[in-house]
Amino acid sequence: MPVQYYIFLSIALFCIGVMGVLMRRNAIIIFMCVELMLNAVNLLLVAFSKMWADAGRVDAAGAQIFVFFIMVVAAAEVAVGLAIIVMVYRNSQSVDVNIMNRLKN
Amino acid sequence: MINLVWLVPLLPLLGFLVNGLGRRYLSKSLAGIVGSGAILAAFVISLLMFLEVRTPGFQAVTVQLFDFISAGSLHIPFAFQVDQLSSLFLLIITGVGSLIHIYSTSYMHDETSEGFARYFAYLNLFVFSMLILVLGANYVMMFIGWEGVGLCSYLLIGFWYKNTNYNNAAKKAFVMNRIGDLGFLLGMFLMIVHFGSVNYAEVLPQIAGVAKGDGTLAAIAILFFVGAMGKSAQVPLYTWLPDAMAGPTPVSALIHAATMVTAGIYMIARSNILYTLAPCVQNVVAIIGLVTAVLAASIALKQDDIKKVLAYSTVSQLGYMFLALGVGAYTTAVFHVMTHAFFKALLFLGSGSVIHAMGGEQDIRKMGGLKKYMPITNATFLIGCLAISGIPGLSGFFSKDEILSHTFAANKLLYVVGLLTALMTAFYMFRLYYITFCGQFRGTHEQEHHLHESPGAMTFPLIVLAILSVIGGYVGLPAVFGAPNLLEHYLHPIFAASAEKVELHEMAHSTEWLLMGLSSVLVIITIFLARNWYRNFTDNGEPRTGIAKVLENKWYVDEIYDAIIVKPLGMLSRFFEEAIERSGIDRLVNGVGRGVQWGSQQVRLLQSGQVGFYIFAMVIGMVILFVIGFLVR
Amino acid sequence: MLTVLLILIPLVTGLIAFGLKGSGPKTLGLISSLASLAVTIAALFQFRSAPESLSHSCNWIPQLGAGFSVGLDGMGMMLSLLTSISFVLIFIVINKREYDRANSFYALMLLSQAGLMGVFAAYDAMLFYFFWELALIPVYFLCSLWGGEKRIPVTFKFFVYTFAGSLLMLIGIIYIYLQTPDHSFSYASFTTAALPKETQSCLFWLFFVAFAIKMPIFPFHTWQPDTYEQSPTPVTMVLSGIMVKMGLFGVIRWLLPVLPQGAYVWSDVAIVLSIIGIVYASCIAIVQSDFKRLIAYSSIAHIGLMSAAIFANNEQSLQGVLVQFFNHGINIIGLWIIVEIIQDRLKVKSLNELGGIAAYAPRMATFLVIISFANIALPLTNGFIGEFLMFSGLYQYNPWFMAVAGLGVILGAVYTLNMVQKVIFGQPNQLTETTTDLRGNELLALGVIVAIILVLGVYPKPMLELVQSTTELVNKVY
Repeated sequence: MPVQYYIFLSIALFCIGVMGVLMRRNAIIIFMCVELMLNAVNLLLVAFSKMWADAGRVDAAGAQIFVFFIMVVAAAEVAVGLAIIVMVYRNSQSVDVNIMNRLKN
Repeated sequence: MINLVWLVPLLPLLGFLVNGLGRRYLSKSLAGIVGSGAILAAFVISLLMFLEVRTPGFQAVTVQLFDFISAGSLHIPFAFQVDQLSSLFLLIITGVGSLIHIYSTSYMHDETSEGFARYFAYLNLFVFSMLILVLGANYVMMFIGWEGVGLCSYLLIGFWYKNTNYNNAAKKAFVMNRIGDLGFLLGMFLMIVHFGSVNYAEVLPQIAGVAKGDGTLAAIAILFFVGAMGKSAQVPLYTWLPDAMAGPTPVSALIHAATMVTAGIYMIARSNILYTLAPCVQNVVAIIGLVTAVLAASIALKQDDIKKVLAYSTVSQLGYMFLALGVGAYTTAVFHVMTHAFFKALLFLGSGSVIHAMGGEQDIRKMGGLKKYMPITNATFLIGCLAISGIPGLSGFFSKDEILSHTFAANKLLYVVGLLTALMTAFYMFRLYYITFCGQFRGTHEQEHHLHESPGAMTFPLIVLAILSVIGGYVGLPAVFGAPNLLEHYLHPIFAASAEKVELHEMAHSTEWLLMGLSSVLVIITIFLARNWYRNFTDNGEPRTGIAKVLENKWYVDEIYDAIIVKPLGMLSRFFEEAIERSGIDRLVNGVGRGVQWGSQQVRLLQSGQVGFYIFAMVIGMVILFVIGFLVR
Repeated sequence: MLTVLLILIPLVTGLIAFGLKGSGPKTLGLISSLASLAVTIAALFQFRSAPESLSHSCNWIPQLGAGFSVGLDGMGMMLSLLTSISFVLIFIVINKREYDRANSFYALMLLSQAGLMGVFAAYDAMLFYFFWELALIPVYFLCSLWGGEKRIPVTFKFFVYTFAGSLLMLIGIIYIYLQTPDHSFSYASFTTAALPKETQSCLFWLFFVAFAIKMPIFPFHTWQPDTYEQSPTPVTMVLSGIMVKMGLFGVIRWLLPVLPQGAYVWSDVAIVLSIIGIVYASCIAIVQSDFKRLIAYSSIAHIGLMSAAIFANNEQSLQGVLVQFFNHGINIIGLWIIVEIIQDRLKVKSLNELGGIAAYAPRMATFLVIISFANIALPLTNGFIGEFLMFSGLYQYNPWFMAVAGLGVILGAVYTLNMVQKVIFGQPNQLTETTTDLRGNELLALGVIVAIILVLGVYPKPMLELVQSTTELVNKVY
């Protein structure tokens, strides 16, 4: 399969993620959308890695290292982020992000 | 002796310093002695120098004191030049000056001793400046004196500084003079550019080598003449001189009749070669002079203030002198300066004597019949009037007649107008004389009781000046009398260069006799006319109408100037102040400041605290960057 | 070494003055300014014998190529003489005044003196910029702490305005710095940078606007009347007598030699702006009723003439400007001293409330008349010589420009005589009857000023010789 297909797919996923982050107010869904964006990038990295490997580059697998990094970061982020969300929920019985604009003052 | 020339201006300067710094400590008599003594001593030195200068074959001597300005190629020394012209002027200034100083010791006696010393300090400073003006060996030195006399004139016109009108008159005099000074400055710069120097000894010979009718010379000449217009009160810059009568009367006699106002004539006489080579400018000088002479004489016909009549008469006589310069009769102009200094100083001092006796009254309608109270003043004033009118045998006759005959030779039309002016002069002078000294006394009882002849310190200068007014003319007898013209002979070296360039019109002796006779007869007739009308003048108090009213109001020139210059200038200034400065530039500057503040207020709204909005803005920004990157590539 | 001393004395005494109490700062200020004057006079003698010994150079920020190099040429000598004399005069005049927080007041005054001396001595662009700002900041505080009622907005405007100009100049300095072959801020590398003509004509505006704001010339002048009006008078003296010279000095020292072609391209524009300023400010001065504002506008007119003469850039005009640097400073400080005295006695600034002072304070009246006439350049006062040479130079550049600028001579007479008349002549009113004449210290200060006016008016030669070298140098570079 040509690499363009992967690119289009990951752009689509990424855009869905962006739109989700922008539009939704539920913190958990925003979180999931962030994960979606990260994974769209992961997909792209894997696709490019495969493309360069087919072209005969020996160091093409390096791209996959980044994928692991991103997974680790995402996991850490989930751990911290979910904890914050839980705390917010405990304080205000809601996971609506608009509540958090109280931080402004 | 000539090398001591610096003493001549130094003595008045010392007098100024002593009187100025010690004005609180000096008694009146001491201040008077210092003031008059300084001038008298200067006169003695001038006289000694004159005796040396008048020897035939005398060459001009330059005495350099120090370098005044040296910038690049321009060198202007602080130097004095003694020659026939400056020596003659020295005599006039210090001679008439001493008499007026002596007169002042008595005239100003009612001042406080501080004011008295201040007066003499100013007067000495004036003489100093005037001496610098005529002694300077270059145009910058002349300019130093030129502005210096302007300053002194300012200070003396506004001597009684509590009176706002006097101050305004002083300010007007200074500002109008400055307009002329700007012309003088421009002329000097043009001279520097073209001739690289302003020293007479270097520039004048260079000019003599330039072809006649050269444009640059004409430009320099006209610019200098603008300067002369201001200083010597010619149309259109003459209106300050009548107002300058606000000063003490001896000041009017010295500054505004005998010396300062003749500075313009001195300047043109000094630069005669320049004007000879610029004939078109010479015509302008003649025409302006004549216009001034007629205009001022016509105004003098209907003035009721004794000093105003004399002031307009001065303007008119100055116009005459410029007419003489304009037709190329330089010697005659200087001659008239001299005779005019005698008889006009005499007339002013006489009027001062009258004002003194009248307790400060200047309106001639309130005088009359003073003949029997003040015999000496009356006699000397009459001599002055006869001299200025040009009665044969007196000094004014010779100088005026020479001007008229030169004018006749140059242009018949100018002659007719000039003669008309002479008749007007005779008429208004005798109108003044008869109203003041003849008929019935018309003032208050108190004034009549107070009337008295002035003290000796005042009558002595009158007598001396009266004698000079009678005999002063014999130094410049016209050729027709067969006697040698001493003055022309004496001044010949100064005007030699001009004389080479242009042939003075020679006239047949018969024509000259005819002209002389004609003018004499007409003048005598005019005097009789004036006598008939004004011998028994009574003031009926009716306001004047028609042309008389216009003349009384001086052709409304002051009002016209006010409307076309003073008021628009004020309006322009206020327009600048309010419309451009405050609402224009400053508002713009403040607007930039306000704009920044307003902009910040608006931008601040973006900081809403909505995380979603921030992210949205970030995404939009990234999209825009991508699009730009895509399009640019 | 003397040059460094000239900067160090006020700097150190200024810092010390912060810590003093009572009449300590006052005494220290006077001593310090007298010491500066003594050093300046010593430097003057050294300048006559060995001018190069006044230059001093050492490393400052070697990483940037900025050195601490100072020196005095004829122009710098003249200006440091002006600065030292002015500060002595100012401290003498205010000797009897009591200021709140006197220690800070005197300290800031001294610091501004240090800044000014630095500007006039700097031979390194970075150092120049440093002192340029250093001189500004104390003045800002002086105005905003001891000024009149509207001091806060006015000084804010003053500061932002001049600072904006300085930043433009900084951009220009950095740009030229990057173009210099040896990456140095030194005067020598700047003058040999040899930038292409187009670059020069762009850079010209960066420098010109900074200097024009400082001078100030039309249309960058609107901060000035407000600031002069609101500042305490001693500060106004510093501002109008010395600080405005910074702009003119900057043009001669940095703009003309560094960007000769740029200056050549734009000189007509600069002169026209200056001349508009002369006529415009003179006209406005005629209708001012506030004493301080009138002098402020008169100063704009005079500065306009100097600026026009600088850009006319020939031997006579430059020499005239350099002489006028000193004379204008002395004369205008004289005028401000009289303003200060009148304000101190009568507490009014409006000319319409004054009048008739001559009868009650004849000495002051005499001084005012002499200084005013020096201000309108009467011959045999110090004002004449500079103005004559400037007009003459300007005439050689373009007669029409000079003729229009010459209107300033007439208008100057109008507003100056108006002022004199309204202040000292006329009938006294209830207020002015209480005027007392000059006291000892005021008499001393004004006496010195009048002595300078008359001596230099009659014998200007030493002055002209002092600046001859600068004139020749600039002309050669040009």
